[in-house]
Amino acid sequence: MPVESAPRRRVLTALAVCSAIAALVLLVAPLIGSSSASLPRALAGISPDREVLFELRLPRVILAMIAGACLSLAGALFQALLRDALATPYTLGVSSGSALGAVCSILLGFRLALPFPVHWLGAIIGAALVLGLVLHLGSEGARMSSFTLLLAGVTINSICLALILFLHSFATLMQSFSITRWLMGGIDPVDLKTLASLLAVVVPVAGFVLWKAREWNLLAVGEEWAESRGVDVQWLLRFGYLAGSLLTGLVTAFTGPIGFVGLIVPHALRMRFGADHRLLLPCSLLLGAAFLAICDTVARTVLAPAEIPVGVLTALLGGPFFIWLLRSRRRSLWL
Amino acid sequence: MSALYELQGVCMRYGAAEILRGVTLDLSPGSLVTLAGPNGAGKSTLLGILAALRPGFSGTCRFGGRDVRQWTRRALARDVAFVPQSLKVEFPFTAEQVVLMGRTPYCDGLFESDADWREVDRALSLTDAVAFRKRDFRTLSGGEKQRVILAAALAQTPRVLLLDEPTTWLDLRHQIALYQLLRRLCGEGMLVVAVTHDLNLAAAYSDRVILLDGGAVAADAVPGEALSAERIQSVFGVTARVAEADGRQWILYAG
Repeated sequence: MPVESAPRRRVLTALAVCSAIAALVLLVAPLIGSSSASLPRALAGISPDREVLFELRLPRVILAMIAGACLSLAGALFQALLRDALATPYTLGVSSGSALGAVCSILLGFRLALPFPVHWLGAIIGAALVLGLVLHLGSEGARMSSFTLLLAGVTINSICLALILFLHSFATLMQSFSITRWLMGGIDPVDLKTLASLLAVVVPVAGFVLWKAREWNLLAVGEEWAESRGVDVQWLLRFGYLAGSLLTGLVTAFTGPIGFVGLIVPHALRMRFGADHRLLLPCSLLLGAAFLAICDTVARTVLAPAEIPVGVLTALLGGPFFIWLLRSRRRSLWL
Repeated sequence: MSALYELQGVCMRYGAAEILRGVTLDLSPGSLVTLAGPNGAGKSTLLGILAALRPGFSGTCRFGGRDVRQWTRRALARDVAFVPQSLKVEFPFTAEQVVLMGRTPYCDGLFESDADWREVDRALSLTDAVAFRKRDFRTLSGGEKQRVILAAALAQTPRVLLLDEPTTWLDLRHQIALYQLLRRLCGEGMLVVAVTHDLNLAAAYSDRVILLDGGAVAADAVPGEALSAERIQSVFGVTARVAEADGRQWILYAG
């Protein structure tokens, strides 16, 4: 029997296609908008085209792509970690911690001399606290399993959500508006320096997650399965939870919670290409980036000058697509 | 040959329940050892200890002269392969991808080498699983799954194969084929330890039968000696008769 070639070529082909799609979105999405701005004029440095394209739309598209990439990578990662195809980046509580932090800072109304909105700081602190708490509670003695991690995460998640509701009930009308607006999620233009520092954290974390792709395969089958094939499951579980939470928590701090990306992108890819994480993870990252950028572009243009919350669009665009995908593959299994 | 495994006074408890009480035994390469006994006798726990999946025991369990808990997972996985009774997979892995996971202890980096794929091909043909290698693992029948799981263990090219009720889901032909394969592997110097409830298969193919009862070793001998009618009566509480036909021993159970 001929020896089969390693799946390397298949992965590289898929990567090339997904990268091309992501690059196309990055180039085209900034050109679309409610106000007309032309690229030649912007490149010539003519105002306001230059500002609209390079200071408003481009950073916004980049942030949407980073957020989409992190959320779908974290979604795929948590699904493998918990062996649950319905897990999302938010299942293990880090985004609720983030939200709780943001709500607290909105309510307390700190005025700190920071170069960025104070609720970003609150969100990051909230996420970090939840992260530590879940890691601590999830390790029974020295051992951790997907199950204890899930229990701890889901419990902390519920507590945070309850606290948000509790605090919300004391908010003034103005505060209540900003809280609701934050909880809806949305992508605002940020300056390039902030984007660069975000990327400085996200790129190495995501890179490390991708590097472990083969081991996620084994963990996605089972803990004992992975252990008896030489994987250090204890280490991998902790690393996976930390990495996924870091990606989710950071993005949530900037954009608020944006649902559905982390669920639908890995799912669609898994149905199409199978469960090998060496293919699934990088493709999730690239297509998640493209998907959220497209949703955000639609969100800011269709009803302009009003904006639709992007989380609404991810579900409205993604949902029907997903149903179509399911129906077109009826012969195969549901998930 | 010197022993691969040396167990000395191995005890294990889950809470108040005492699962294993002072198991002492040696296991040598090139032999097929059957672990049998009633439900809850501690068979699977003992197998788990050998596979280093149950670290919470007391006493000593050495593999290759070193405590199993001191081996790194990766080093141990090159020598010891564990075959669970079944595997519930949530995601659309193909049978081939499941077998490929057996190569993990040999792979650095992201992708397998051609040599890894050759081991996968060999393992799939040994367990007669080539025909469905490209199928979604979840769509396979219980027996087909079991053959794929076994192939994944063989792809580890281990010196020790630990099997938990490997014939549960297999049809008659594949039960016999499995034991013939295990025999052949033993002939090549492998140590095979299989938990089973099928005493006739055990009697026909094993070199040695270890009967566990209430967490202790009730018998440890060649099949003809370990599986006597009196022993089956005392361990399983079943009246049995041992008959000879076609030059081998058959255990007949009374209703």
